[in-house]
Amino acid sequence: MKFFNYWAMVIFIALSSFAANAEISVFEFSNADNELRFNHLVQELRCPKCQNNNLADSNAGLALDLKTIVFEQIEEGKTDKEIVEFLKARYGDFISYRPPLKPSTWIIWFGPFVFLAIGGFAIFKIVTARQNSAERINTESDAIDAQAMVARWSDDVSDSQLEPSSDQTDTSEKQGPAQ
Amino acid sequence: MSEEEKKTAAKKKLWLYLIPLFLFFAMTLLLFSGLGKDPTKLESQLIGKPVPEFEKLRLLDPSLSITQNELQGPALINVFASWCPSCYTEHPYLMKLAQSGEVRIYGLNYRDKRDAALNFVNKLGNPYDLIVHDDKGRVGIELGVYGAPETFVIDGSNQIVYRYVGVVTEEVWQKILKPKMLHDQPSAAKHTSAQEVTEAGEGK
Repeated sequence: MKFFNYWAMVIFIALSSFAANAEISVFEFSNADNELRFNHLVQELRCPKCQNNNLADSNAGLALDLKTIVFEQIEEGKTDKEIVEFLKARYGDFISYRPPLKPSTWIIWFGPFVFLAIGGFAIFKIVTARQNSAERINTESDAIDAQAMVARWSDDVSDSQLEPSSDQTDTSEKQGPAQ
Repeated sequence: MSEEEKKTAAKKKLWLYLIPLFLFFAMTLLLFSGLGKDPTKLESQLIGKPVPEFEKLRLLDPSLSITQNELQGPALINVFASWCPSCYTEHPYLMKLAQSGEVRIYGLNYRDKRDAALNFVNKLGNPYDLIVHDDKGRVGIELGVYGAPETFVIDGSNQIVYRYVGVVTEEVWQKILKPKMLHDQPSAAKHTSAQEVTEAGEGK
């Protein structure tokens, strides 16, 4: 049964792709270039009826009408831009999957770059802040090391110089608690 | 670092930490504002423009043609078809509205077969003053129609004032369409014919 379902699915997928191909070839183009332009345009134009389909993928009646219009206008020698403008004048920017550049669409065009810049700036700030604090710790610890060295060195010096007397002080100190 | 310096530094840091929160609220507002909108209801591109030119046959009398000049605003242009289920839903109210004499309604029979469309109006009644038989849907495309039912409001100078997508009910008429028509009555007085409007439009 499972085996049968698998093959039924394969056959279904194969057949449905044939159906999609058959639908496109309804139009008879005068030359191959026009057909290329048509196929490109209907990929980029959105079907107003079906929200998330382009004209190429949609079988809605309106999509077919609009494809017919695109076909006719290409054959009439209109440019791609003229055809898109014709449709935009009737259906708005919605018809095109390429949003135009204008104030209301700035956020979708520049938004990602703005966020990228903010993120990049934040990372830059964090990294430099971290480096600065790391450097400060290093210099601070260096200073502590130097102080310690100086202290040790002076200790050594005073120890060697004051060796005789140090014994005295030692004894006096030792005597101290005894008193 | 003195106490004072430490305090200002801490304040600066607090602001820095609050930036993502503000960004979050800004995004929330932006996205929330789009939440209630119905993406299937597109605003018409023809608002403020005259009814596009066309020449079609009349549905009821195919021996006569009809052009945009036969339509006289202020009026409604109702896009309907016999294949459209929602058109059956709104039809009784359109009958009532037409009978009330409040507004003239023109019909645009969209992508329909003549027989089926005639059957629709003969059986259910005809609320339309005139019906354009837009068999190929070309007038629909000129108007930016993407489905049925759709209802356009045109003013006295045959300019498109509004497009409503969906079923017209008493509420839709009273709250949305009627105010649009009343609003444009002053300009309706200025122009007497559609011819004048197209001339004025070309003058711009």
